[in-house]
Amino acid sequence: MLKYLLEKEFKQFLRNRFLPKFAIVFPFAILSIFPLVTNTEIKNIRLCVVDNDKSGYAYRLTEKIKSSGYFILKAVTTNEKEAFELIESHKIDIILEIPSRFESDLIKENKASVLISANAVNGMKAGLSSAYLSRIIADFNQDIRIDLLQSTNQQLSPAFGITPLFRYNPLMKSLFNMIPAILVMLMSVVCGFLPALNIVAEKEKGTIEQMNVTPVSKFTLILAKLIPFWVVGFIALNICIFVAWLFYDFFPQGNLLTFYLFAAVFVLAMSGFGLVVSNYAKSIQQAVFIMFFFVLTFVFLSGLYTPAANMPDWAQLLSHISPLKYIILVVRLIYLKGSGFTDMLPQFFSLTFLALFFNTWAVLSYRKRKM
Amino acid sequence: MYKETHTHEEHLSIVAQGLTKRFGSFTAVDNISFNVKKGEIFGFLGANGAGKTTAMKMLCGLSKPTSGNATVAGFDVSTQSEQIKKNIGYMSQKFALYEDLKVWENMRLYAGIYGLNDNEIKSRTDEILQQLDFQNERNTLVKALPLGWKQKLAFSISIIHQPDIVFLDEPTGGVDPAARRQFWELIYQTADKGITVTRTTHYMDEAEYCNRICILVDGKIVALDSPKQLKETYSAQNIDEVFRLLARKAIRNQ
Repeated sequence: MLKYLLEKEFKQFLRNRFLPKFAIVFPFAILSIFPLVTNTEIKNIRLCVVDNDKSGYAYRLTEKIKSSGYFILKAVTTNEKEAFELIESHKIDIILEIPSRFESDLIKENKASVLISANAVNGMKAGLSSAYLSRIIADFNQDIRIDLLQSTNQQLSPAFGITPLFRYNPLMKSLFNMIPAILVMLMSVVCGFLPALNIVAEKEKGTIEQMNVTPVSKFTLILAKLIPFWVVGFIALNICIFVAWLFYDFFPQGNLLTFYLFAAVFVLAMSGFGLVVSNYAKSIQQAVFIMFFFVLTFVFLSGLYTPAANMPDWAQLLSHISPLKYIILVVRLIYLKGSGFTDMLPQFFSLTFLALFFNTWAVLSYRKRKM
Repeated sequence: MYKETHTHEEHLSIVAQGLTKRFGSFTAVDNISFNVKKGEIFGFLGANGAGKTTAMKMLCGLSKPTSGNATVAGFDVSTQSEQIKKNIGYMSQKFALYEDLKVWENMRLYAGIYGLNDNEIKSRTDEILQQLDFQNERNTLVKALPLGWKQKLAFSISIIHQPDIVFLDEPTGGVDPAARRQFWELIYQTADKGITVTRTTHYMDEAEYCNRICILVDGKIVALDSPKQLKETYSAQNIDEVFRLLARKAIRNQ
């Protein structure tokens, strides 16, 4: 029985003018563009240096900042007011003010201070730019300490040096953080929406009634809806892996089979959820809005943008029902850390549980007969 | 006594007793009781909203009766709806085949669902295509067929598994007179094979072709007999007149 139903589903899917193209073009387009768009690294920060010192050290500091690649030096001035006018007219993003006697203070008193002022209308950009700038200045500080030590033969005064080591993503590339997340979001859309819309479309056309009057079991019917979208989800996943490798040279560190196994369970959970929605929705419109609501909720609870640990307790509790929470972690672990299956057992069990839960619910809530 | 009842029920396809369906405070089907004999062409006649479709859906296991009981092909509609589904065919009022599948693909799908194997499906498909004179349309997408053809195809697919009973809900709605006549030929051929045909209609002329008709007004049976007998009882020229006499009392859909 299942054989004939599957034949039907695949033929209908492939004959659809839109869906097969959607399943291929959508992952390709999204994954080739979105990681660049959602890049959280800030570049091209427009800088104005207020150089009141005009010394060699001030010059060296400015050069060092320029060579970092993050900043564009828009203006060098001695007039503080002028710099603030520039920031107000949105021509620059950040000001570095070097006081007069910067060099002599450094040499004589062994210390000097600079002032950073950033435009915080975009808080994230301001925070990151001043952090970058501070790091460069700290680095510069280290350089001149060594310089001074050599020239004066003084004892280097003890100081802390903090060297963060970013394991698994040594360059802290935000791209490597975003790609797994985008990949998962995309799979949720493909595997959640398509099955949800499929059953509702049959309800609207009335074809489901002819099915309901046959002896086909609910389980077979749901399975016949699930399998095709499971296959489509897999194809989309492979397109994603390919695009990430092609465009960003980003390939899973871990075992690809482990990745497939987790993806298979995740797709099953999302499709099952889509089917549940389709059983309750009376029209395509309803199904779309219900899916939107839940997929967005799942995404925000998943820790995709903000770590789940930052959330209030109730939200953390709620986040357990989001299949995305587990899979995003797993995809990041496999891509960046190369974790093996046994390292991710808790996530595997949680995903399996959600897959069973949603699909059982889908079978139980499917009604062949109206009350 | 027991034996008598048993043999009596043996030749009945449908037995309904006090079948009722309520939607909230609205009673769509109100306490109807009737029997349908095997191989009979039984018609539900009524205005729109008289409860014909609801009654039929309860008998097909698509809708659960609020009260009363009925057996279809020997199975109880309340508790054994899935067994009933193996033994009946159903053609809905709204065209319900897959329009994006070809003629043969729709046949294969439903035949497969009813448990026919690939060889049986092939021979049944050829048989039906020949009967309908549809050989040239085997590979046509269903959406490209004219309505009259679609209806004939839907009917043939509803009996593809050779069920005991077939339920037809307004099968000739919106179809031209020539196609309607062809449709009746198909129904007679089906009944000749011993398949019980239960259908609804609001075409009075079509009611005359049934062995017995049951006239529903506001969810209640107001008359149940052969067309000939009904015309005699109400001393009417045709069923249309009988219907108008009886439906005058209707409250719904005036």
